[in-house]
Amino acid sequence: MSSIISVANLSKTYGSGFKALKNVNLDIKRGEIFALLGPNGAGKTTLISIICGIANPSEGTVLVGGENIQTSYRKARSLIGLVPQELHTDAFESVWATVSFSRGLFGKPKNPDHIEKVLKDLSLWDKKDNKIITLSGGMKRRVMIAKALSHEPQVLFLDEPTAGVDVELRKGMWEVVRTLQQSGVTIILTTHYIEEAEEMADRIGVINKGEIVLVEDKATLMEKLGKKRLTLHLQGKVTTLPDSLSHYELDLCDGGATLVYDYDTKGERTGITSLLSDLRNAGIRFNDLDTTQSSLEDIFVDLVRTS
Amino acid sequence: MNHRAIRAIYLFEMARTWRTLLQSIVSPVVSTSLYFVVFGAAIGSRISQVEGVSYGTFIVPGLIMLSVLTQSIANASFGIYFPKFTGTIYEILSAPISYVEIVLGYVGAAATKSIILGLIILATAGLFVPLHIHHPIWMLTFLVLTAVTFSLFGFIIGIWADGFEKLQMIPMLVVTPLTFLGGSFYSIDMLPAGWRSVALLNPVVYLISGFRWSFYEIADVSVSVSICMTTAFLVICLAVIWWIFRTGYRLKN
Repeated sequence: MSSIISVANLSKTYGSGFKALKNVNLDIKRGEIFALLGPNGAGKTTLISIICGIANPSEGTVLVGGENIQTSYRKARSLIGLVPQELHTDAFESVWATVSFSRGLFGKPKNPDHIEKVLKDLSLWDKKDNKIITLSGGMKRRVMIAKALSHEPQVLFLDEPTAGVDVELRKGMWEVVRTLQQSGVTIILTTHYIEEAEEMADRIGVINKGEIVLVEDKATLMEKLGKKRLTLHLQGKVTTLPDSLSHYELDLCDGGATLVYDYDTKGERTGITSLLSDLRNAGIRFNDLDTTQSSLEDIFVDLVRTS
Repeated sequence: MNHRAIRAIYLFEMARTWRTLLQSIVSPVVSTSLYFVVFGAAIGSRISQVEGVSYGTFIVPGLIMLSVLTQSIANASFGIYFPKFTGTIYEILSAPISYVEIVLGYVGAAATKSIILGLIILATAGLFVPLHIHHPIWMLTFLVLTAVTFSLFGFIIGIWADGFEKLQMIPMLVVTPLTFLGGSFYSIDMLPAGWRSVALLNPVVYLISGFRWSFYEIADVSVSVSICMTTAFLVICLAVIWWIFRTGYRLKN
């Protein structure tokens, strides 16, 4: 799959001396949903801002659809739609007027049919004549998506698209994003909600302290870094574990009622058989057990902690 | 050139004027009418003619300039400051438009509003005093040149301001005093010699003088000097805006 965005050796140092991005290299494939994860202040928004033309890079190059964002900014920017993190809207404009304004700003001729389609897809059609100030937060967010889609972009940046949005609306937003992907739009989203990335992304990038820590297919990432957890529900509470079990790095939880063991599914030996044998030898009995797959959130936390 | 983007910004800004008609047009017209009542009718009746023109008639160009200057700055500074304040500037910066096109949209709209306002005040003045414009083409040239120049100046203030206080500071503390002291209500020939020299340091003197010349062929300084000074200010504003966009000052970082 060809790249629609290529970021090479990109760095950004603010006037205060703070290095927001350090030699970032990243390729976004055409048609994918790419989730960029990172803690607050990791550089997600700075990276998006530079690609979209809102901030100047200190070093490096960015190509969008093969066009350099600085020397060929008109062609590059016309391919991009941006939905920023904050709800920046013209409070006193109508939904129709503000979405039409965005299309004009990107140099596209009037196309009421397209605007109508976008508004209908985002369930905003019956609000088209409403002033934005009268809309709810979730609707304002959709207005911003409509503005970003007004000029028929090939790439859509969604910076924290579901921040502050309730669960139902969030799921509605996911549906919108999937539909957009099916129509051929490449989507790059940043999010704090790991479940969002887990649910939607084809690939995941993790950024921390201005550096790309990892870029991987979601499935591969889950498989490669995924751990499983064995939870044993003990017959009686245990306060301390014997030395014979110390090398398993077990955790006693629920006041000694459960015993937790994390193991690597890709390892040659999971250690489960020997653990169960050692537990029996130590006289620790259990009446139930279950295993769970570690989530992307666990993987993310591990990555950020170790990077 | 992205004509559609210029048009979009221009129409967006003009739409704001119609939405705030009372504040944008009616308010300056009312305050100018009050100037006519106070300075033209009440006080002016006790002042003899100024260089062969009745006082009420004499102050018309100055009053128009006063409104055009202040409204150009107010319109353009607010026009670009408000998107910065609300955050919607992200859309302008991420759109495929050049700096020249952004300036044409915002400054074009601000200057258009000021010119319309200036012409409305001129028509209003015609209700109070008899008017005859000797050089209508020059009058329009000065009007357009001043509106564009001070809209550019307002645009700079709007970029520079990082709060509403700063947005008001330059117009209130610098432009309004300079306009009042720039001969809106008097000929600087009426000042003592020392003060006259000081007044010549005020750039607004040249604008009002040239504009008044286009009406009555009377001027404090020569018309060519007026045009040169206005053009010089225009060039300075253009240079500052070029620098702002080149560096991204208060916009991109």
